[in-house]
Amino acid sequence: MDIKMKELIYLDNAATTQVYPEVLDAMTPYFTQYYGNPSAIYSFASDALKAVSEARKILSEGIGAKPEEIYFTAGGSESDNWAMKAAVEAYAAKGKHIITTKIEHHAILHTAQYLEKHGYEVTYLDVDENGMVSPEAVVAAIRPGTVLISVMAANNEIGTIEPLEEIGAIAKENGILFHTDAVQAFGHVPLDVEKMHIDMLSASAHKLNGPKGIGFLYIRQGVKMQALIHGGGQERQRRAGTHNVPGIVGFGEAAKIAFREMDKRNAYECALRDHLIERVLAEIPYSRLNGDRTNRLPGNASFCFRFIEGESLLILLDQNGICASSGSACTSGSLDPSHVLLAIGLPHEIAHGSLRLTLSEKTTKEEIDFTVDKIKEIVERLRNMSPLYEDFVKKNGKA
Amino acid sequence: MYSDKVMDHFNNPRNVGEIEDPSGVGTVGNAKCGDIMRMYLDIDDNGIIREAKFKTFGCGAAVATSSMATELVKGKTVQEALQVTNKAVMEALDGLPPAKVHCSLLAEEAIHAALWDYAEKNHIEIEGLEKPVSDIEEREETEHSL
Repeated sequence: MDIKMKELIYLDNAATTQVYPEVLDAMTPYFTQYYGNPSAIYSFASDALKAVSEARKILSEGIGAKPEEIYFTAGGSESDNWAMKAAVEAYAAKGKHIITTKIEHHAILHTAQYLEKHGYEVTYLDVDENGMVSPEAVVAAIRPGTVLISVMAANNEIGTIEPLEEIGAIAKENGILFHTDAVQAFGHVPLDVEKMHIDMLSASAHKLNGPKGIGFLYIRQGVKMQALIHGGGQERQRRAGTHNVPGIVGFGEAAKIAFREMDKRNAYECALRDHLIERVLAEIPYSRLNGDRTNRLPGNASFCFRFIEGESLLILLDQNGICASSGSACTSGSLDPSHVLLAIGLPHEIAHGSLRLTLSEKTTKEEIDFTVDKIKEIVERLRNMSPLYEDFVKKNGKA
Repeated sequence: MYSDKVMDHFNNPRNVGEIEDPSGVGTVGNAKCGDIMRMYLDIDDNGIIREAKFKTFGCGAAVATSSMATELVKGKTVQEALQVTNKAVMEALDGLPPAKVHCSLLAEEAIHAALWDYAEKNHIEIEGLEKPVSDIEEREETEHSL
């Protein structure tokens, strides 16, 4: 098992991450030792309550918020669902129009589609060829009845970081709620709810070496919001259910490390990512980088290789011990190419040939070089059996 | 998610390549859906398929079904090749995940398309063969600077 793990090259950190040993160590006592329900009166439970408060503080400080503005949820998708559904319900008297983008995660897009079926109108903003949302387009989409703008902080597939500060300023100026899905960005790049005028922000622990099944929704004080889950009085009566104490403690610990190490980690990952991008583009013909070259998540490299299909590439990489993804992991079950790659203007046949590699601070240069060597081999092999490549070569000659 | 047979045919695809001056060649599927299969057949004067080759753009299942389809039609008469259905291809591969069944349909269509081309070239009619429904879509030359 150990040997196998060592041979594994894990380049799917946008899907999920390894829980840090120190995170697990911080969590363990809250399963076995301090297992009290933080809502209980007796002093035995106060350790658990204290730990929850401490984690809440760490998380809030990480985005420039107050501890009481952090509401724990079961993860990013719940936070996104809650933010959209509850906010539009609370502000229904003002109007029924929502602005979001074509490149959001399905947790936003499918919620938006659900709301459309329930009488809301949604504008899905286009993005440019790098996946960037234009603040001008946001302004143009605003109507008298617009109650919510939801734009992701950074895209999960192509890594593009969106201009939140500009969009937040527009939302504020127009008195519209601004939500951001920061699942990929939180703990990875700086976020500030004041500077960016963010009213609601979704985050998830397992994207930053914390445990799965725990996330939060930041809700600015004063924002009217209905509860998504009704029941007990937890989370200021807005999110019922016994606190996932070990999860919350793990989230806090992971965030503490993430914020402490952010600069160092980003410098390392950006350099390694740039090396990866440069090698792929230089050594593999008919390849392209998806997403913005500079405004992108440190660990994200997303490519398309013409004339081949992504799943074949993933299977062959897997046989070499390399874990990668093609588009979003949630998309891989469907037959359509990624909605994000289509939104940046790629034709279907090119979008089908996508590969996403997402690094961590533990990824080594040796691993990246080995991976690029393998990608080269595999792409060539798949092209040699591709009728699209055959036609292309007949027409244009070999690269 | 794939059977051992599918993985075997994906990893070691049989009969990849082209046939020069083939008796029949057919291309089915479209890039939009992510699967294109091209099948080449060499058919002798007695109507027996001497050789079959393929090229495929697509997922693991698409490659495996193409590979298996070429294996199944080799040595068969045109009439026998017509009986190689998508079900036969799937069974020979020990099954496919539900989402990938369309790949086996594409393999059947690729055989039919190649046979149709053979029939047209030789001005003959193959009993029971209908013009394949799906054919490669006209692809616009993409302007992307790849």
